[in-house]
Amino acid sequence: MDTAVSLVELGAVLLCLGVLARLASRVGLSPIPLYLLGGLAFGTGGINPLANIAPFTHLAAEIGVVLLLLLLGLEYSADELVTGLRGSWLAGVVDLGLNAVPGALAGWLLGWGVIGTVTMAGVTYISSSGIVAKVLGDLGRLGNRETPVVLSVLVLEDLAMGVYLPVLTALLGGVGFLGGFTAVAASVAVVSVVLLVALRFGRYVSALVDSPDPEVFLLRLIGAALLVAGVASQLHVSAAVGAFLLGIAISGGTAVNAARVLAPLRDLFAAVFFVVFGFNTDPAQIPAVLPTALLLALITCATKIGTGWFAAARQGVRRLGRARAGAALVARGEFSIVIAGLAVASGHVPGELAGLAGNYVLLMAVLGPVGARFVEPVARRAELLWRRVAA
Amino acid sequence: MTQLPGLGTQQDFTTRSGHRVGVITYRDGRFELIVSGHEDPDAVAASVALTTSETSTLANLLGAPQLVAQLTEQQREVTGVSTWQLPVTRGSPYEGRPLGDTEMRTRTSVSIVAVVRDGAVHPSPRPDFTFTGGDMVVVVGTADGLRAAAEILDNG
Repeated sequence: MDTAVSLVELGAVLLCLGVLARLASRVGLSPIPLYLLGGLAFGTGGINPLANIAPFTHLAAEIGVVLLLLLLGLEYSADELVTGLRGSWLAGVVDLGLNAVPGALAGWLLGWGVIGTVTMAGVTYISSSGIVAKVLGDLGRLGNRETPVVLSVLVLEDLAMGVYLPVLTALLGGVGFLGGFTAVAASVAVVSVVLLVALRFGRYVSALVDSPDPEVFLLRLIGAALLVAGVASQLHVSAAVGAFLLGIAISGGTAVNAARVLAPLRDLFAAVFFVVFGFNTDPAQIPAVLPTALLLALITCATKIGTGWFAAARQGVRRLGRARAGAALVARGEFSIVIAGLAVASGHVPGELAGLAGNYVLLMAVLGPVGARFVEPVARRAELLWRRVAA
Repeated sequence: MTQLPGLGTQQDFTTRSGHRVGVITYRDGRFELIVSGHEDPDAVAASVALTTSETSTLANLLGAPQLVAQLTEQQREVTGVSTWQLPVTRGSPYEGRPLGDTEMRTRTSVSIVAVVRDGAVHPSPRPDFTFTGGDMVVVVGTADGLRAAAEILDNG
């Protein structure tokens, strides 16, 4: 009887998500904001709380994070990461400085302590590589000259996650400043070693999981990912980072196949993860944090546009292309929620953080694609206006 | 060559007319031909997805004229002789038959100096060289001979 109810509830939730995702793709938006809203509606304090499926959704959400990070690692080869680091490190530093600071300031001013400050810095820093890549593809901008610039900024954010997440996990685990410092050193070392291994011995790691049989391949991949994530979690390095590093270590054709095999599973479990985040956010807190979220959204739209403008200008791209690069980077999504989710789950930050982060991502996941679409006419008009004023 | 992290690679160049022309090679093996607009050379005005066979057709179309231009340049001194490129169309009587069957030299006194296929040049083809539809035949001869050669390749 209990199982039957759980199945019905889970089925209903997933069906709802399917309808929402269809709706989002119709209007050309990311489904993430709608998943979050769906979670809000069905969660704590929502219109129709579903309690029976909590044991499943809890674990499924964890798996969702592991798969999100595994696929993030698979997305770029070690070679691309190293080239990106060499070619665009300055753009990466500007990106970090401009976009982490507004979040950090917000966390600090709201009195959420060191952990809240570090969490919010991560939430506003990281662009959604999923949304950005999709928007660039949909708008036919993959051949544009600013596109490699945009992608290399995403690559660097990707690498930065490899260092940031262990630090955040260490802080959430209750270590002091010294412990945090050790965590930084350790994670930089680990990321470097994994990169080196992936560059030199990537094919051996790939051979461990590779198989021509899709079924065997899938089971080995998921098995390896969960095992590595679990061990990493035991060692207090965060499950997500373990999966991410495994993704980097798998390379070449194996990585391409793995990404193809895992993408549907990632979509399923990540959707559950976003819903669970919505579940755990109390809708009653939203009105209070809405002004802050709006302000933060406006500021960090501007800072991301600044980042893209700067990075594209360094590659000799003209003004219109620079504006496009900036607007493309605005979208925040899955990884901001991953970061906020980690912090909220630990209980070391106030519940409002979930509300603020959720609200913020709702705004940015919608503003990003819309901005990317309308940046060209706006930039053209601005340029005309500028010329008229100058003349 | 520019890397497109997560997607593949892109190669491009800027033409004298100010257009950026290039090819994106995706990791999964797809190709895309890109051409930039004039006003905004950073943006792509057209991108065309190409299959492997379509890329070789395009390479043929672009490769044969270049060979002809080179040969024309070399033969400028010899009056009365010129170089043409003639297609072996799908449905041509010589599609799938060896070059010797055309008896081109005997019938028109025209020489077949090369065949361009899939963008690659096959110089001085032997009589047993077998034509396939889409080949570009580079021939050298007098104007009358060349017209006759074109007729032979089209209608036998």
